[in-house]
Amino acid sequence: MNALIPQLINLFAAVILILAFAMLSQRRILNLIHLYTWQGLAVVGSTTVVAYVTDQHHLYYSAALTMALKVILIPWMLHRLINRLNVRWDIETLVNIPTLMIVGIALVVFAFNVALPISRFSETVAHGTLGIALACVLLSFLMMITRAKAVPQVIGFLAMENALFLAATSATYGMPMVVELGIALDVLVGILIMGVFMFQIREQFDSLDISHLEKLKED
Amino acid sequence: MNALYFVFGIPLLGGLVLALVGHRSYARDLNVAFSTGSFIAACFLSVQVIDHGPMFAMDKQFLIDPLNVFLVSLTAFVGMTTAIFSRPYMRVEEDHGKMTPSRMRLYHSMYQFFAVTMLVALTTNNLGTLWVTMEAATLTTVLLVSVYRTPASLEAAWKYFILCGVGLAQALFGTILLYMAADRVIPEGVDALLWSNLNVVKGQLNPTIMSVAFVFLLLGYGTKVGLVPVHNWLPDAHAEGPTPISAVLSGLLLNVALYAVLRFKVLTDGALQSNFAGNLLIGFGLLSVVAAAFFLSRQKDVKRMFAYSSIEHMGLMTFAFGLGGPVANFAGLLHMTLHSLIKSAIFFSVGHATQKAGSQIMDDIRGLMKVSPTVGWGLMLGTLAILGMPPFGVFASEFLILTTAMRDLPWATPFLLLALGVAFASIFSRVQPMVFGDTVLKPLEHPPALLPVFVHLALGLMLGLYIPPYLNAWYLQAALLIGGQ
Amino acid sequence: MSISGFLSQLLAIIVALVLAPLLMGWVNQWRAWLQNRTAPGLLQPYRMLNKLFHKESIVAETASPIFRLAPYIVFGCMVLACAIIPTLSTDLPMSPAADAIALVGLFAVARVFISLAAMDIGTAFGSLGARREMLIGFLAEPALLAILFNASLISNSTALTSIVEYLAHKEFAIYPSLAFAGIAFTMVSFAENARVPVDNPATHLELTMIHEALILEYSGRHLALIEWAVALKLFAYSCIGLALFFPWGIAEAEAPVVLIFALPALVLKLAVGGFLLALIETLSAKMRIFRVPEFLATAFLLAVIGMLVHFLLGA
Repeated sequence: MNALIPQLINLFAAVILILAFAMLSQRRILNLIHLYTWQGLAVVGSTTVVAYVTDQHHLYYSAALTMALKVILIPWMLHRLINRLNVRWDIETLVNIPTLMIVGIALVVFAFNVALPISRFSETVAHGTLGIALACVLLSFLMMITRAKAVPQVIGFLAMENALFLAATSATYGMPMVVELGIALDVLVGILIMGVFMFQIREQFDSLDISHLEKLKED
Repeated sequence: MNALYFVFGIPLLGGLVLALVGHRSYARDLNVAFSTGSFIAACFLSVQVIDHGPMFAMDKQFLIDPLNVFLVSLTAFVGMTTAIFSRPYMRVEEDHGKMTPSRMRLYHSMYQFFAVTMLVALTTNNLGTLWVTMEAATLTTVLLVSVYRTPASLEAAWKYFILCGVGLAQALFGTILLYMAADRVIPEGVDALLWSNLNVVKGQLNPTIMSVAFVFLLLGYGTKVGLVPVHNWLPDAHAEGPTPISAVLSGLLLNVALYAVLRFKVLTDGALQSNFAGNLLIGFGLLSVVAAAFFLSRQKDVKRMFAYSSIEHMGLMTFAFGLGGPVANFAGLLHMTLHSLIKSAIFFSVGHATQKAGSQIMDDIRGLMKVSPTVGWGLMLGTLAILGMPPFGVFASEFLILTTAMRDLPWATPFLLLALGVAFASIFSRVQPMVFGDTVLKPLEHPPALLPVFVHLALGLMLGLYIPPYLNAWYLQAALLIGGQ
Repeated sequence: MSISGFLSQLLAIIVALVLAPLLMGWVNQWRAWLQNRTAPGLLQPYRMLNKLFHKESIVAETASPIFRLAPYIVFGCMVLACAIIPTLSTDLPMSPAADAIALVGLFAVARVFISLAAMDIGTAFGSLGARREMLIGFLAEPALLAILFNASLISNSTALTSIVEYLAHKEFAIYPSLAFAGIAFTMVSFAENARVPVDNPATHLELTMIHEALILEYSGRHLALIEWAVALKLFAYSCIGLALFFPWGIAEAEAPVVLIFALPALVLKLAVGGFLLALIETLSAKMRIFRVPEFLATAFLLAVIGMLVHFLLGA
């Protein structure tokens, strides 16, 4: 049975990738937050398994930190935010999901090709998932640039952070604790600032549609 | 007691104090006082490093060497002069109703915190901390850029946050890869994220991982440097934020980001033993210089125009560091110093000029010489200086960069000359009527703070005519350090 | 051909023919219960088949031989498909005749004939149904192929029996690519079997129906054969799903005795699967026909990602 546990890491990574694709094609803001929460949970799962397999105690702490931050605190803040902004049931009009998915696939192929030569040099149990982590980073990036609304953009940003965390776990068993705490703090402060921003944007533009923000561009 | 702790301890304290009293009328002076304190500490730090050579602090978490101590003093200096400039400037903004007391409190507090993040980013030895502070610098400046709460400033800040957030995510991925490469060669129990530890073993770092890592790091931190094509946030953030913030963004933050790139370049060069990193820098630098020159010729907003000029100059520095070698590195560092000094001086003058005209559109700003000769002369001289007219120092650094390029990379020189020519023609033709034309405007109610402008310009002039020997030695050491020795 | 192989092959076909309507009845029963309706009996599909076989088969005047032939071809295709899918045992003498790719081809042949027959009469509904059916088919087939390739990559074979043997009897391992394939397969099965998110099997509303429009003109024994074939198709898909993703309990060639346990295991797995099918059908709403290409493209892409994941994690 012990041989199965490292395979669990790959399974979690695959789940995270599926969730990244699901987020890419999800139209409802509420469902996006659910998907983000699930992704956070999958990251916690994978981190815990890596911690168990490699007996790295500091990974348990980072798993706990991730749990507190990305599964409980940030989703709770996002729920509060969409309630107060009254965009809970908002649906975004996404153009052409199949095209988006094909671009996504191309990004996955690219990420795998970049990661393959690198992950060969890694001796960690989870080295195979580095490519998946990079693919998730790129998919979140794609999600951010295809969204016109503020909340999904921020969720894309957070998903990108999840993917980076996965990358850190898979490549090096996580960054040093101090750095991880710093990153977590940055993310938390960032989301707080973004939350405040959304109220101001809505006040100024009467909408959370970022496509209204187009005054500043080159003629 | 190590002067280093005061360098960022004083602004940290300042940020906390100003978070409480930043809306009072004496907060402006407090802001100046804290920045001055930080600068004085930076001077002491420089003396210490000059006397005793590179040093570590806090269990090797901080590293002060010739490369960063020069940037620390530059950052603290421009931070101080900008604080002096912002005293009357922000007072006028308050009178015009653009700033409320609570916004002033946010502004002052964030100004100090921003200084802290930059100073820590410069002095830290830990590449993880470097990332954390760069991200923190983004967050503080996002708040500063959006402080007016106008639709345009919110848009600029949102764009800034999203683009730099994405960029820094790439940088974090690069840092993770770097850590992974380091993990393989650095023994157990030694912190593999400390630059000084990595520098020792850089020859053994895996070249494949390092080259991929450097691409991500360059894209990531390059976003903050404002390299084309990841520069889109920069003109907006410069144009829509308060002018003192434009000055520190251009003069300091871009430097800090470029400094981060240089630190990684040293490691990558050591690992690859090839000019891979240098070639990337040359490519991005050249692209930035040329693209920015053409973009700036089409601007109507004066702050946007000078923002593009910043992209151009950052591109030029990137190009110089990409060329490598002692001369080009020396020229790059000199150009970095001069650009910081002169570009911030220009933004100071532009700030006063736009306040007089009530507009940032260049067609609305006319006849500065008649309303306020000092502002007019400041802008004119600053423009001449940044465009590389002798005897200002930019001439010397650009000359060095161009001659090195001619020797090492002859095909690139025509592009550089063309870009510099386009920039010269477009900036000069815009600034000339702004300074000399006719106007009906009245002078400002608060006298402008022009001391910083002329101090900066004088320093720029001095560096063009004469580089003091200790400064020269300092540049040479830093240039060697970038060269990986 | 060994005698045990012959027996297990015969058993597989008989089990399929008998269990398929039962599975249909089971799903319908649960659907009714979950929707707070009084359920028809579990044996209702048998009664219906019996009734239809005893009725006269009426054929339109304009019908060509294709119309008469189609039900037999469709039924034959489905029986053959059930014969080559390892349901109880991997010892199937007929399975070398067709591998996973040919299986997809079998489904395609059935689809072509039913569509031809639907257009044959020349009614508007028939043509409309045929067009929709082909739309779904042309998107679902590559997806199904990609899903089967996921499994083939793991076992290095396209023969269904070897795939199942590999998955069921080698040392247990977690294959993340199969997670992608599993989700994609669920989506494709819903489309192929005309279940709720794609089509509603219980409707005769002309604007939304796909499958029902195809068979509107059939009656009597022709309709009985087609209904039976539909049940067989659902059974076949369920068995593919079970064989690929939950292969435990299927007997190996060397161990025919396990067949005794294989049948209860199959019934149990089908019962759970049927319940889940009814549950999903109840919980989801039928999507617009123009969303179906999106739905199936997603399935296809998931299967492709599964293959990519296999290459990355397996390498």
